Amino acid sequence: MKRWLSFAVLLAALVLTVSACGKNKDTLYFLNFKPESAEAFNKIATVYEKETGKKMRVVTAASGTYEQTLKSEIGKSDAPTLFIVNGPVGYASWKDYCLDLKDSELYGHLTDKGLALTSGDGVYGIPYVVEGYGIIYNKAITDRYFALQNRSTSVGSMEEIRSFEQLKAVVEDMTAHKKELGIEGVFASTSLKSGEDWRWQTHLANVPMYYEFEQDGISVADGSVPEVSFRYSDQYRNIFDLYINNSVTDPKLLGTKQVADSMAEFALGKCAMVQNGNWAWSQIAGIDGNTVAEENIRMIPIYTGIEGEENQGLCIGTENYLAVNKRASAEKQQAALDFLNWLFTSETGKELVTDELEFITPFDTFEADEQPNDPLAAQIAAYLADDTRTSVPWVFQLFPSQNFKNDFGANLLKYAQGNLSWEQVKSEFISKWKSEAQ
Amino acid sequence: MNSRILKKYFPFFVMPISVCYLLAFLIPFLMGIYLSFTEFTTVSNARFVGLSNYAALFSADDNFLHALGFTVLFTLVSVLTINFFAFLFALILTEGIRGTNLFRTVLFVPNLIGGIILGYIWQLIINGILIRQGVDITFSATYGFWGLVVVMNWQMIGYMMIIYIAGLTSVPVELREAASIDGAGYFTTLRHVIMPLLVPSFTICSFLTLTNSFKLFDQNFALTGGAPGRESAMVALDIFDTFYGRAGSEGLGQAKAVVFFLILAVVALVQIRLTKRLEVAP
Repeated sequence: MKRWLSFAVLLAALVLTVSACGKNKDTLYFLNFKPESAEAFNKIATVYEKETGKKMRVVTAASGTYEQTLKSEIGKSDAPTLFIVNGPVGYASWKDYCLDLKDSELYGHLTDKGLALTSGDGVYGIPYVVEGYGIIYNKAITDRYFALQNRSTSVGSMEEIRSFEQLKAVVEDMTAHKKELGIEGVFASTSLKSGEDWRWQTHLANVPMYYEFEQDGISVADGSVPEVSFRYSDQYRNIFDLYINNSVTDPKLLGTKQVADSMAEFALGKCAMVQNGNWAWSQIAGIDGNTVAEENIRMIPIYTGIEGEENQGLCIGTENYLAVNKRASAEKQQAALDFLNWLFTSETGKELVTDELEFITPFDTFEADEQPNDPLAAQIAAYLADDTRTSVPWVFQLFPSQNFKNDFGANLLKYAQGNLSWEQVKSEFISKWKSEAQ
Repeated sequence: MNSRILKKYFPFFVMPISVCYLLAFLIPFLMGIYLSFTEFTTVSNARFVGLSNYAALFSADDNFLHALGFTVLFTLVSVLTINFFAFLFALILTEGIRGTNLFRTVLFVPNLIGGIILGYIWQLIINGILIRQGVDITFSATYGFWGLVVVMNWQMIGYMMIIYIAGLTSVPVELREAASIDGAGYFTTLRHVIMPLLVPSFTICSFLTLTNSFKLFDQNFALTGGAPGRESAMVALDIFDTFYGRAGSEGLGQAKAVVFFLILAVVALVQIRLTKRLEVAP
C-alpha cells in the first residue's frame, strides 16, 4: 500500500513538472516571422496588455527557421493562434490551419483586396506590410563619381539610369575609378553562403520571372506553376555578373559571405551599392561606425536588360500574410482578431506600427502622413506615387519550394566560383522547378 | 535486509528515468517509425502512404545515397586519425614529462566547446589559408571533407586521449617490469603487453568516435552547410534539409532517419562484437 502511495506521489510530481511548461492557456500566442521586428512586437505586446488588460505572447523564429518553428509549434496543444503564412506555397502546406477571414474587420480595411491570399471564395491570409527592394545606393559616393572630370560615361546622375546598359556602363566605370572614389568595390559582397543567398535565389530571380509570367499570363493568384522556361536567364546573368565582377569581394570567395557582411560593407562606405529592401534600413543605421547619412540613401530598380524595362519600378509586394489558426478555440480566434483590429485601427496601435515596426501597411485606416519615416520607406512611397513607373510584384511567392531556391542558390555559387557553366545553371533551374512543383 | 530495501525503493529509483526514457525517447521513436510511412505536416495530421517514402529515398535524384557515401568515408578517416592521435598523445603524456597536466587539460578543452562554434571558428581558419589560392571552403567538397576531418579530430582527440590515459595508467607495473626483464624493448612491450590490455579502451573509443562521426551534424552545418551544392552534406544534415526543405517531404525525411538508425545500429553492434573478441584479462 505504502509503496503504491509513494509511486502515486512521484507520478503526481512528474505530471506537475511536465504540465508546468504549458501554462499560458488563455493568452494570445503570436508566432512572428520577422526577426528584425522582434523587439517591436515585444513592445507592442506590453502596450497591448497595459491598454486592454489582455495578455499576449510573441515568439519570434530565428532567421531562416520560420517554417520549422511553425511546424513544431503548431503541433503543440498550446499552438500559436496568430501566425504568418508565406504566400501561396506556404498556404499549400498550412491550409488545414488557416481560418477563413472573409468576414473579418481587418479584411474590410484592406485597400486592395487582390493582395489577400485567397482560395476559392475564402480569404486565408491578410497581408500586413508592403515591402520593396531594389538597388540601394549611397548618394555621397555616386555624386563623387558624377563629379569626376575623367569619367567615361555620359550619364549625369543615378536618376537618369533607366536601363541595364546605362547601369553597367556606370558601374564598370566606377570600378575603374574606385581608388579615387575611396571604395573597395561598387557592389557589396554577393552573399552566397547557404541560407544567406535569398537576395539572389529569390529576390533577384523575381525580376526575370515576373516578365516571363507576365508574358504567359500567370499571376500570384494562380497559386502554383508546374513548369517554366526561364526565358530571361541571360538577363539574370547580366545583372548577376555585374554584381560579382564589380564587388568588394572576389567571386571565388563569396561562399561564406552573409547578408550582414554585405550590409556592413555598405554602411561603412566600402561600396556604393547593395541590393536589398526597405527592411535593411535599421540594419544599416545600427552598424557601428555607419558612414551613410540618412539623406544619402536612395534606391533604383533592378535593371537586367529586358525589353521595356525603362519604366520598371521597384519590386514591391509582400510574402507575409497573417493567418488565424482554424484549430484554435473560438475565444482564442476572437482574441487574435481583436488584437489585429487594435493594432491596425486604434490610434495607439497605428502609432506603434509606423514608429516601432516601421511598416508600410496596406490598410485604409492609415492616413498618408501615418507612414514610417525611414529613408528607404520614403523611397518606396515615392516610387509608388510615380505613375510612370510600374512596380514589379513579388511573384517569387510562386517558386515551388525552399529546396528549389536553395539548389538554385548553390548553383549560383558554383557558377561564381567557375565550377558550373551558365547553361547548366539554367537547365537545372528549369528541371528542378518541374520536379519540385509536383 | 538489503534486498528488501532495494525492493521497496526500486520504483523510486527507476521511475524517473523510465518515465523520461518513455517520454523523450521511446514514444518519439515509435512515432517516428510510424510517421516514416506517412505524409504529414505536423504529427497530428499524418496520412498513411505505405512504402512510397522508402522508394523515393533510394531513387537516383535524391541526395541520400551520396550523403551516405560521404559519411562512411568521413567516418573511416576520422575514426582512424582520431584514435591514432589520441593514443599517441596518451602515450606521450603518461611518460611523466614536464607539464603533463597542463598538456592534458589543453588538449581536452576543445571538447568543451560546442560544435556550431567550432565549425564557425574553423571556417575562418580554413578560409584564411585557402584564400592564398583565391578560393574558400565552399569551392570543393574535398576541402569540406578535410575541413570536417580536422574539426572532428581537434574536438575528439582530447576526450579519447583521456580514456586511453586512464587505460594506460591501469596497466600493472609488474607486467612492464617483467617484460623488460625478459628483454623486451619499448615497441615489443607496447605491442604485446600494453595494447592487448587496452582493448577495452579501444572498444569505447572506437565506439564513441564511430557513432559521433556517423551522426555528425553541428560541425557539418556550421563549417560547410553542405556546400558546394549538397556535395559535402552528411546524412544528418541531409535528413534535416529534406525534412524542412519542401512542404510534403517530412515523411521522406523521417524515412531517411529510420534507415539511418538501422545502419548505425548494425554498424555499432558489429563493431562492439569485433572488439570484444579481442579483449584479454591481465
